[in-house]
Amino acid sequence: MTFIEISVYLSTIIIGLSLLLIFYRIISGPSTEDRIVGLDLLTSNAIAFIAVYSIQSGTTTFLDVGLILALIAFLGTVAFAFYLERRTRK
Amino acid sequence: MIEILSGVFLMLGSFFILLSAIGIIKMPDLFTRMSATTKASTLGIGLVLIGTSFFWGSVGIVVRSLAIIVFLLLTAPVAAHIIGRAAYFDKVPLWNKTHIDELKGKYDEDSHELK
Repeated sequence: MTFIEISVYLSTIIIGLSLLLIFYRIISGPSTEDRIVGLDLLTSNAIAFIAVYSIQSGTTTFLDVGLILALIAFLGTVAFAFYLERRTRK
Repeated sequence: MIEILSGVFLMLGSFFILLSAIGIIKMPDLFTRMSATTKASTLGIGLVLIGTSFFWGSVGIVVRSLAIIVFLLLTAPVAAHIIGRAAYFDKVPLWNKTHIDELKGKYDEDSHELK
C-alpha cells in the first residue's frame, strides 16, 4: 500500500464522518437557519468528497460535477435566505 | 515525491473539514456556528483540491480546481452574510453569554433598512 492510497482511504473516512456529524445538525437544528447552514456545509463537503473520489477511481470527470455543485449550493443558500428574510419583512 | 505532497495536502484538508463538522455540532448558537463552518470548511476544501491538482498535474485539472477554490472564496462570505442577516431578522436567539449586540435598534423592524 503506497502513501497516497493510505491518505485517500483516511480522508474518505474522515470526510464521511464529518458528513454524519453535519447530518445530525440538519436533523436536530433548532431553527431553519441552522438547517440551511448545515445544507451549505454538506454540499461543500460533497465537493471535497468528489475530489478525493476522483483520485480513488482514476477518472477526472467528477471535478466538473464539483464545479456545478459549488454553483448550485450558492444559489440554493441565497434563495433560502432571501425568502426567509422576506417572510419577516412587512 | 509529488504523491507524498498530494497525500499530505489531502489529509490536512480533511482534518480541517472534520474540524468544521465538530464546530457545527459543538458551537452554542447559529452565529458562532457560521463562523466555524465558513472559514474552516473553505480552507479544508481548498487544501483537498490543491492535493487533487498535485496528484493529476495536468493543466485542465489545475484550472478546474482553481476555479472551484476561487468560486468558494468569493461565495462563502456572501452566503454567510446573507444567512446571518436573515437569521438576525428572524430573531434567532443569541448565545446567553453574548454581551454586545451592536445591531440592536439600528435596523427598521418593518422595512429592514438601516436607520
